[in-house]
Amino acid sequence: MTREIKTNSNLEKVLASGAFAVTGELGPPRHCSAHEVVEKAKHLVGNVDSVNITDNQTAVVRMSSLAAGILAQKEGLEANMQMVCRDRNRIAMQSDILGAAALGINNLLCLSGDHQKFGDHPQSKNVFDVDSINLIEMVRTMRDDGKLLSGQELPPDGRPKIFIGAAYNPFADPEDYRVHRVAKKVAAGVDFLQSQCIYDMARFRKFMAKAVDMGLTEKAYFLAGVTPLKALGMARYMKNNVPGIIVPDELIERLKGVPKEKQADEGIKIACEQIEEFKEMKGVAGVHLMLIEWEHMVPRFVQEAKLTPRPKL
Amino acid sequence: MIIAERKPIEEIKGFIEGKKKVLLVGCRGCVTVCNAGGTKEVGILASLLRLDAQKEGRELTVDEFTLERQCDPEYIEELLEMVEKKYDAILSMACSVGPQFLTRRYPKEKVYPSLNTCFIGGALAHGIWAEHCQACGNCIIHNFGGMCPISRCSKSLMNGPCGGSSGGVCEISKEVECIWHLIANKVMEENRLDDFAPVQPIKDWSSSRDGGPRKIVREELVK
Repeated sequence: MTREIKTNSNLEKVLASGAFAVTGELGPPRHCSAHEVVEKAKHLVGNVDSVNITDNQTAVVRMSSLAAGILAQKEGLEANMQMVCRDRNRIAMQSDILGAAALGINNLLCLSGDHQKFGDHPQSKNVFDVDSINLIEMVRTMRDDGKLLSGQELPPDGRPKIFIGAAYNPFADPEDYRVHRVAKKVAAGVDFLQSQCIYDMARFRKFMAKAVDMGLTEKAYFLAGVTPLKALGMARYMKNNVPGIIVPDELIERLKGVPKEKQADEGIKIACEQIEEFKEMKGVAGVHLMLIEWEHMVPRFVQEAKLTPRPKL
Repeated sequence: MIIAERKPIEEIKGFIEGKKKVLLVGCRGCVTVCNAGGTKEVGILASLLRLDAQKEGRELTVDEFTLERQCDPEYIEELLEMVEKKYDAILSMACSVGPQFLTRRYPKEKVYPSLNTCFIGGALAHGIWAEHCQACGNCIIHNFGGMCPISRCSKSLMNGPCGGSSGGVCEISKEVECIWHLIANKVMEENRLDDFAPVQPIKDWSSSRDGGPRKIVREELVK
């Protein structure tokens, strides 16, 4: 799959080359010490093509994704800056996009954002001036048409060359509508998509077949989201408490079948099996690894999943 | 209609602390329909305050009066005779328009809100009300199968449902229905996926509260 290169993004280059892409995730700290970003980054350098820098995920105040993204880039990673619609209006968003591009950010992941009810400031006012699909369209207009939402023109050398990303979740409801929502993201101009954590392979296969059938995978790169299960407790928690995640009973049974101290290894084994299937699955252009607060496991994991070495383009 | 509910009794007691003569003013508009501030609720609150004063051995006179509406100056005027009886506090049991109109007409009086104005909504069943409108000033529900994503989606998404929609309920609570689940299902049932495919544009919020406090002037009605 080769497509026109629109930006300076390494992730875009990898995807356009036809290589199976790998993205990671780095959650900024709940304080301003850069040290934690640097430490987490060390585990990811050389093991991923780009790393998502989360934007106050679960509505908990953290170092900004822009600042943490710049810190991560200094360590040799390429940031995929996440931007949620919860905390900023269109003025602040466009301003931050211009600022991010000026500082060398090449990728932006456009998200609605977790509701603040989940976070550490449930009393706050939310914004949701635009939604994630409107945000995709806004970035695309800034980049390709050289215009702000107001119509204000951007000079040719002042347009943000951003590789535009978004999320997709085949496991949310209504099931049959999910692919049509992704189609809206594609129509809005998204370049790549990363999925929610996949455990229900049957449902994912069905979703991807539909996306391929609709021609969506020809217009945007689809990455499959992988989070190895650390333990039986985590699997049960995700199954019962995280809206939009499906953990099939057979996975729970499989983890139950191994002693507690071996469950993390089994979780990694399951994830590696999934990745082998994704590598062969039509329409899947790479994987998005979400080893949340388990960054030190990334070097081992990418090796076991045969995802390294990463291409240098 | 406007849905309101009475403030906690302790908060209302705080308003009248040290006061001996208070007037409760009800409203026969929306708050009567939603059982929050009509004649009946005025009576209940008056009894509660009287009993409480009696229990604590305080002297307290509570008078009751219900206006046709508290959002029209002509009805607010009807309270003049009562106001002249000199109350230490006037407790409005209307939506928050009421105490503000009372304050404007009777600026020397100490007026307090006894209700919390909650939302624009309707009754789902007896005793259950739900929000259905956010007064954005530019109704678009016809684009969404007759359902309002602005007021009924937790994130006011124009292009939902988000990834937190699960089993027909919103990610914020199992008690909140996902309106986008209903919108998407209706679109699919009606085989309208192609019509619904275009991205809904970024909402213009200038007609909403974001454009500043709003006012409507109907020239043909202005005398």
